[in-house]
Amino acid sequence: MSVTEPVEVPAELRTEIERHMALYPDSRSAALPALKAAQRVHGWCSPEALEQVAAVMGVTPAYLESVASFYDMLETEPVGKHSVYVCTNISCSLRGADELFAAIKDAAGSDTEFNVRPFECLGACDIAPMASVDGVYVGPLSIDDVPRLLDDLRADRPVLPEKQLSKRACADAEANA
Amino acid sequence: MKLLFKNIDEPGLATREVYEQRGGYASLRKALAMEPEAVLAELEASGLRGRGGAGFAMGKKVSFLPKGSIDKYLVCNADESEPGTFKDRELMQKSPHMLIEGIVIASYAAGANRSFIYIRGEYVQQADLLDAALAEARDAGYIGENILGSGHSLSLVVHRGAGAYICGEETGLLDSLEGKRGNPRLKPPFPANQGLYQGPTLINNVETLATVPTIIDMGGAQYAELGTETSKGTKLVSVSGHVQRPGNYEIELGIPSREIVYGLAGGPPEGRQVKCWFPGGSSSPVLIKDDLDLPYDFDSMAKAGSMLGSGAIIVVDDSTPILDVALKVAKFYRHESCGKCTPCREGTNWTVKMLERVQTGEATPMDLEIMASVQEHIIGNCLCVLGDAMAMPIGSLIAKFRGEFEAHIEQARAASGLTVGTPAPALAGGLV
Repeated sequence: MSVTEPVEVPAELRTEIERHMALYPDSRSAALPALKAAQRVHGWCSPEALEQVAAVMGVTPAYLESVASFYDMLETEPVGKHSVYVCTNISCSLRGADELFAAIKDAAGSDTEFNVRPFECLGACDIAPMASVDGVYVGPLSIDDVPRLLDDLRADRPVLPEKQLSKRACADAEANA
Repeated sequence: MKLLFKNIDEPGLATREVYEQRGGYASLRKALAMEPEAVLAELEASGLRGRGGAGFAMGKKVSFLPKGSIDKYLVCNADESEPGTFKDRELMQKSPHMLIEGIVIASYAAGANRSFIYIRGEYVQQADLLDAALAEARDAGYIGENILGSGHSLSLVVHRGAGAYICGEETGLLDSLEGKRGNPRLKPPFPANQGLYQGPTLINNVETLATVPTIIDMGGAQYAELGTETSKGTKLVSVSGHVQRPGNYEIELGIPSREIVYGLAGGPPEGRQVKCWFPGGSSSPVLIKDDLDLPYDFDSMAKAGSMLGSGAIIVVDDSTPILDVALKVAKFYRHESCGKCTPCREGTNWTVKMLERVQTGEATPMDLEIMASVQEHIIGNCLCVLGDAMAMPIGSLIAKFRGEFEAHIEQARAASGLTVGTPAPALAGGLV
């Protein structure tokens, strides 16, 4: 990037990044939301994405790369558009998460639409084993759910609606007494 | 007694309308009619200890902030990433206004005018709900300039992380919130003196702040009637692993642990026994079956050599090899180590390698000694406690299940054709 060749930034992306920068006493705090916004546009934190964020924020692409490489949800390589994070941490693995991850990975095969990853504790051990599918928590999952999970994603339908965490009542029976 | 979870599943509780019908924001009005010092006095009288993991007295933490009209910050730690912990998630999802009300009251007591909720990036739906609740709170004048005519002003931003366990460590969180890699900072200075943007900063966990409206409503002294002498109040406990009814339960601190694991969560599946349990997330040293009779509170867990931590009980039953548990735990901390301090970066890595040698049969019982000593050398030697968070449970697993590790080593060596006197191939070729 040089001063004589200004980086072109899609107008919507620029607006979103600037909106985030305005929220903080120090605009650099917007690095994470800005990188996420760019990732949504470009699919990953590509060199082009980093240059665009850098141009708006007034920091270097190298700085942003150092930030992006630190966080699990920022992709430093091209990935499939549907993220399937399978929790394989202790509580989920005690309930079969490793087998579940293998089954999802296997069923997704070489389909580049999917970004299937083992993930650290996602904070939903009450529905173990579980996965975060494009940000939606579903569980408890069995191997039998895997084909439908991927089919729902392919068809852009809500994923396994009856297994979504948001529909679950509190386990504490007295909480709603 | 339900304080935080009272009516938690009431339809629409996440909206201001229903929350207010349930008495929501009355505590805020009450607090704003008091002097900030009086609000602080109630928090101190309640004896509320931080619910995020360290268990530090909340009122005292507020009192550490310098007085006077300098820029002060309040940061709510909603990075809930300790394996086994999912209580803040349920609170934020179902009762986001309770958290916002707590933040406004605490900021008033601390004299902070800017606040942030740092929520882990994976909690997408919860962050959306918080943003919606925040917009409602702003419209009602609970957030913004001169709140309800009190002269107190507060801004609040919901800041989403991007996936890093270390950002739950308060100084790692601050760096992340400043737009950097989430590396922990050297302490002192502590955040109360020099935190976000170098300014005095109060950092509290979601559950801690969500308890504040209840304390103002009941009065600190009344709240302190609940629980034990040194562990006041109620606590949300996340129970997971080998139990029949995993989930969040609100308990009065000090009830027998057995009542939580068996009574509330239903115990392990039929025909199986508790082998060990983590009383406070995967960072806590494990306890065994007999320890289930201990009262579940900060001091009883500490006396038993473990900790209450975030209140996440993970139950492991007798169908699981202890080596699998150790490997899962160690691999997690290896992945999450930020790499800044050598004992943590190298210690987590080598512990995983040594456990893998146990698995493949390349280890000898001597490796258990080395592994135990590695854990001892991590503890207390890093900027933050991430390394300790692996060293404590791994150390306890080796100490309490040594026989099982040794038996595994012997079996695995036999299966791989190695005898006691045969050096493992990796060792024969020099250090790995």
